[in-house]
Amino acid sequence: MLSPEKLPSAEVLPAQLDQGVSPWLNAWHRLRRNHLAVFGGIVLIALSLLCVIGPWFSPYGYEQTDLYNTFSPPSASHWLGTDQLGRDLLTRLLFGGRISLMVGLVATFVALTIGVIYGAVSGFFGGKLDRVMMRVVDILYALPFTIFVILLMVFFGRNILLLFVAIGAVEWLTMARIVRGQIMSIKRMEFIEAARSLGLGTPRIIFRHMIPNILGPIIVYTTLTIPGVMLLEAFLSFLGLGVQPPMSSWGVLIKDGAERMEEYPWLLIFPGTIFSLTLFSLNFLGDGLRDALDVRSAKD
Amino acid sequence: MFRFIARRLLETIPVLFIIVTATFFMVRFVPGGPFDSEKATTPEIRANLEAYYGLNLPLHQQYTNYLKAIVQGDLGRSTKYASRTVNEIIADKLPASLQLGGLSLLIALVLGLSAGVIAAVKRNTKIDYIASSFAMVGICVPTFVLGPLLVLVFAIHLGWFSASGWYSWDDRILPSLTLGIVYAAGIARLTRGGMLEVLNLDYIRTARAKGASEARIIFRHALRGGLLPVVSYLGPAIAGILTGSFVIETIFQIPGLGREFVNSAFNRDYTLVLGTVILYAVLIISLNLIVDVVQVWLNPKLKFE
Repeated sequence: MLSPEKLPSAEVLPAQLDQGVSPWLNAWHRLRRNHLAVFGGIVLIALSLLCVIGPWFSPYGYEQTDLYNTFSPPSASHWLGTDQLGRDLLTRLLFGGRISLMVGLVATFVALTIGVIYGAVSGFFGGKLDRVMMRVVDILYALPFTIFVILLMVFFGRNILLLFVAIGAVEWLTMARIVRGQIMSIKRMEFIEAARSLGLGTPRIIFRHMIPNILGPIIVYTTLTIPGVMLLEAFLSFLGLGVQPPMSSWGVLIKDGAERMEEYPWLLIFPGTIFSLTLFSLNFLGDGLRDALDVRSAKD
Repeated sequence: MFRFIARRLLETIPVLFIIVTATFFMVRFVPGGPFDSEKATTPEIRANLEAYYGLNLPLHQQYTNYLKAIVQGDLGRSTKYASRTVNEIIADKLPASLQLGGLSLLIALVLGLSAGVIAAVKRNTKIDYIASSFAMVGICVPTFVLGPLLVLVFAIHLGWFSASGWYSWDDRILPSLTLGIVYAAGIARLTRGGMLEVLNLDYIRTARAKGASEARIIFRHALRGGLLPVVSYLGPAIAGILTGSFVIETIFQIPGLGREFVNSAFNRDYTLVLGTVILYAVLIISLNLIVDVVQVWLNPKLKFE
């Protein structure tokens, strides 16, 4: 386990308290005391840096084959070994990480946008509109959405942009529910009334005045949506429907590894470990943020 | 209760109608058709094939014909295997998938509930930490990593099970375990959370004050309330198990409907794709309905919502 940085809590906090501590700073202090969340955060930052910068320092290209060196086990020249075409696994892992992390971020952003707007509208207007919109969410929850994503990917070509949109379009439901609940809980507050009496338009009230006040839950659920999104990408890639060769993603590498694990287990173990580690870190960070920002959980 | 069920049943009709319509037109409008792969067909053969499947009719007529047929429970003929009807293929492949799904759900419930209850009762002890860490591992190691790893260890190295196939009962163990563990982990976390919340409530203290045994308190009093979050999780879990079996059936080479569905999409087997999507939708919607009914039964407050 990594050693967390020393906390300034005892000496510094009282002094800061005199000046008043913003809720965000307060949450930050609480987060830093959560070792697992800190660990998750550090792992995520390290992995992202490695994936972004690492490939430039690799002597190999991600699609550079070396047919004299196929399936070589981990060694000094190929730290994590090579695959069936002699491609360096470490390089492919880092390149694949770029794609996987990017899918995670972009598709989550799509989900976030849909979920926040949908939830905010539903919560803000309330009444009949809200009932219908939430009933739709309930129904969508009960649908075999993954099946539609599979159909989309098969029929419309395995295009990475489509992948982003398709995954994002599936994962927005929980966000919509959370945002709706939060909006409902603050919409009767005085500052909203004040904004209204100043004559501000509805979109401005929602986006300038309400959303910033519910950023906490939004951040927490965004962090917890990313692992779900990355899982779905890897799931699709595993079925051969996601990212296409010669490009790689962690899902693609796991698929390739699983096919050859009997003789060459490292091809499965390294990508599997990195992928699971990322999911771990995201979940720990998400849980830590939830506690730090004191978001009442809708799930556990 | 009866009105609740009736209302929900009525609601599913438009939902199913939308699913059928959306899938039907999506399948018709995509580039590429069932007959342009593999061997080049002569125009005459192609015309004959299209006539055989009714694909030469105007689109709206194809659509109404299809609707008429499925209302009578006829899902049509596979466009890939001309001699077989979709109903036959489903009857052939569904049992394996249902068995896999049922066993996985059973494993998830048994493992998840017991781990969750134990963790809650022994909270903040070593047992709790071990159970909670296992739950975290279960959530973070995806099935398509866990499955091959289990095969590697238990089938290839230890030789306890065969690596693939669906013949004896032994063959059922690894796949159902792989698929069930994720949901066991989710259920364990929710059970622990739900039980912890309930165990602090007044009525538990009352039961304790009246001298009820610890076992009676847990199983008779706390569990019913503590299970609520688990029950609402079952809907998504069932949908997840059904779709998760696509991957499991591929890994363990199980002759189930999941693998058939993915293949049918690749083959652009229109009728088979449509048929399986409808079947999955009906399955998932009805299982969700059962979950909702159980939920209302456990928590009468919901009835007046």
